[in-house]
Amino acid sequence: MTDDTRSEITLRVNDETYRLAVDNRRTLLDALRDDLNFTGAKKGCDHGQCGACTVLVNGQRVVSCLTLAVAADGAAVTTIEGLAGDGELRPIQEAFIRLDGFQCGFCTPGQICSAVGMLAEHAAGWPSAVTRNGSPHRAGELTEEEIRERMSGNLCRCSAYPSIVRAILEASAREAVAG
Amino acid sequence: MNPDEIVAAVGESRPRIEGRLKVSGSAHYVADLPMPNLAHGWMVTAAVSRGRIRDIDATDALAQPGVLGVLDHRNTRRLNPDIAHHFGPDRSLPLLQDEVIEYAGRPIALVVAETPEQARAAAAALRVTYDAKPHDIEFSMNHPATRPASTLFGPEADTGDLEAELAGSAMVVDELYHTPEESHSAMEPHVATAWWEDGHLYAFDSNQGPFGISQVMASLFLIDPERVHIRAEHVGGGFGAKTICGAQIILAALAAEHLQRPVRVALTRRQVFLATGSRPPTEQRVRIGADADGRLRAIHHHAAFAQSPLAEYIEWCTEQARTLYAAPAIRTELSAVPLNLLPPCSMRGPGASPGSFAFESAIDEVAERLQIDPLQLRLLNQPVVSPVSGRPFSTRRLVQCLQEGARRFGWAQRDPRPRVRREGNLLVGTGVAAVAFIAGVFPSSAAITAETDGTFSVRVGATDIGTGARTALIAVAADALAVGTERVRMHIGDSDLGLAAGAGGSRGTTSCAFAITETAKALREKLGDSARPVTASVDTTPLINWQPAEERYTYSAVFAEVTVDPATGEVRVRRLLGMFAVGRVINPLLARSQLIGGMIGGLSMALHEESVRDPLTGRLVTADFAGYHISAHADVPTIEADFVADYEPQDPSGFNGLGEIGNAGTAAAIANAVWHATGTRHRTLPISLSRVIERAAAQDRPEAVSVA
Repeated sequence: MTDDTRSEITLRVNDETYRLAVDNRRTLLDALRDDLNFTGAKKGCDHGQCGACTVLVNGQRVVSCLTLAVAADGAAVTTIEGLAGDGELRPIQEAFIRLDGFQCGFCTPGQICSAVGMLAEHAAGWPSAVTRNGSPHRAGELTEEEIRERMSGNLCRCSAYPSIVRAILEASAREAVAG
Repeated sequence: MNPDEIVAAVGESRPRIEGRLKVSGSAHYVADLPMPNLAHGWMVTAAVSRGRIRDIDATDALAQPGVLGVLDHRNTRRLNPDIAHHFGPDRSLPLLQDEVIEYAGRPIALVVAETPEQARAAAAALRVTYDAKPHDIEFSMNHPATRPASTLFGPEADTGDLEAELAGSAMVVDELYHTPEESHSAMEPHVATAWWEDGHLYAFDSNQGPFGISQVMASLFLIDPERVHIRAEHVGGGFGAKTICGAQIILAALAAEHLQRPVRVALTRRQVFLATGSRPPTEQRVRIGADADGRLRAIHHHAAFAQSPLAEYIEWCTEQARTLYAAPAIRTELSAVPLNLLPPCSMRGPGASPGSFAFESAIDEVAERLQIDPLQLRLLNQPVVSPVSGRPFSTRRLVQCLQEGARRFGWAQRDPRPRVRREGNLLVGTGVAAVAFIAGVFPSSAAITAETDGTFSVRVGATDIGTGARTALIAVAADALAVGTERVRMHIGDSDLGLAAGAGGSRGTTSCAFAITETAKALREKLGDSARPVTASVDTTPLINWQPAEERYTYSAVFAEVTVDPATGEVRVRRLLGMFAVGRVINPLLARSQLIGGMIGGLSMALHEESVRDPLTGRLVTADFAGYHISAHADVPTIEADFVADYEPQDPSGFNGLGEIGNAGTAAAIANAVWHATGTRHRTLPISLSRVIERAAAQDRPEAVSVA
């Protein structure tokens, strides 16, 4: 059903295709959570300031609370629920558990999705603000400092930051293989 | 089975039992739990800091699509006006009862609609008019309304002849310290879904202790506590802000009753800032007199904090002064200043964190002026018994924390002179602080069933807000039952599980562990001659000794290294080390995480966090994460937290809580390091870029200051 206030869109979420009619004001985050029941992505601020809603859209990390659902029409979305395949955790998820990269766990889906997107950006050669002698095609080594800089859009009030950085660094090589 | 073959679970580092759920998006927090026929409530808050609601015109709002109703003081059922909470009568709890406004952000209406978007749009169409009155948010300990704070926590200290000891001291530090209003900022905004069935109230609520909240809700709605059922299975952090009965559950319950259908009230981040509690601003005067050799003779700590006229509150800043160091005269005073501010509620390390910042900064100033190493000064003045009560300490391993921390940090190589270390443009400094945090247990109950399949079902009303309580309590239960952890089924987070301490006051896990240990003992006595399933339950209320012969505290020494860029004023923490004496540690992996998290909270308090209000309107300017800064990844260095061997004799298993001790001492250690780096003493938090620049400029140009 489409009228002045609603639009019909197609979302490909975690390799399944969904057609849905959404309120034009609906964010991608609310569509994922309330229409499609992917509640892993969290609403921490609804302003793009905390990163808890981070998902991958066409392979890149976005804050889904600042993305209108209608603007994601036709996109491929990966949420935290879609990161692990066939019940097997990805290396980064396993590292978060083993190294205790979370406490309350509320920001965790966003941290992990953001980390997966960040590792892809780094692998593609994107430099960051702390990259020395960076160029558009040279990201340098993935150090703890690089991870901290690149992950600073994901707040964690429990402040599991040191364990999160360790988990990302430790899993980065295996994540590159897992793709 | 031979119990000797069971590996003790307590003391082992084990990952969180719910870890897999949390990394795969399968842990369901309140807003994730589906509910058929759910309606959505949008909270509306007062835009003035003091006055009365003249009118709420809902005509346009009610005409919008999907809108089910607007609740305000004119159509909302009566709630118990005599409700009491942690610190006494609390008039902030009965919401939507009258026109009176005592702070900006006070919930004044709830718009309910079929979808959140409809409710939000309708709320924006609500026309609220006010009769505003002059407000007062100007906090000062010299405010005319300043009065002695509640003495619910016991009388303040007054031993020895303070003025005589100050007069006889070779040197006296007498300084004022300030900390700002702060916000807990748990990542999960407060949210509740409530519904009624046959006169029973049910709710999923984001809180730190469902049993306690159920009692308050029952009293507020004047119903039998047995008829209130609140669940909080996974909670996205709290830090104190979810210890109180929140507006979300009160409003959701009111609307659900009004509309006879389930209602969810999810606060926005802005509303969390405006309406869910804060750490109040403090102003603290510390006077310390000492002999030339560094022996303390007099300690006087007078702390004032802001509170609301609606409810009593205690920010117990004076705890450090009465227990950390020996002195012939110790006096503490605590004052409350009622202002038109959001009613405060305990925030991680309540009282202790701002109190420690002031007191341990002042101790550092004593060392500075006497030219004594600050670590040595602290070691020199350690008491043998409590300096105020004269009672012994049940365990006190602070000296070990200071010494071991100093060894690991490399303190012996420290040059005591300020502003002498440069690395490029950066000034480098190190600092230390000691801290104590009161420990104990609150009454709790547990039930354990020995099932026919050989497993044990443990039911205890604990909450896991990220503390690791669920995982820790499984280990405690396994050891107490002398079985492996795989045979323990832990059920928590539900008010129907009975009396239980919330996750607060550093006592949640210790209190519930005590109940589990006693219940396991009772069950093992029963098991011999009973067929399974067999259940035992224990309420620890009669077992708690409220007048123990010994004082019970946890301790920590925190060491910090900072760099300060004199050009930008930026302070960065480069190293942070905390040594902790927190009794016997249940799970070192999780305990370390909690302590490191607390230390980062302290870092954030020292450098970033400050709620700012517009003096003209009294409204909060910093009501989002762009205005209210909390530490992010890039602010946080490698941090070491470790334990000295310790055992709490007052606990049957040797445990003490550790939820807040990590936070409490860190701000002072960082502030002391900033002094060492720059030679400037920062007595106001946060030590922001602008404060560093302004203070440095004032120091470099003393003539400009004298002209001003």
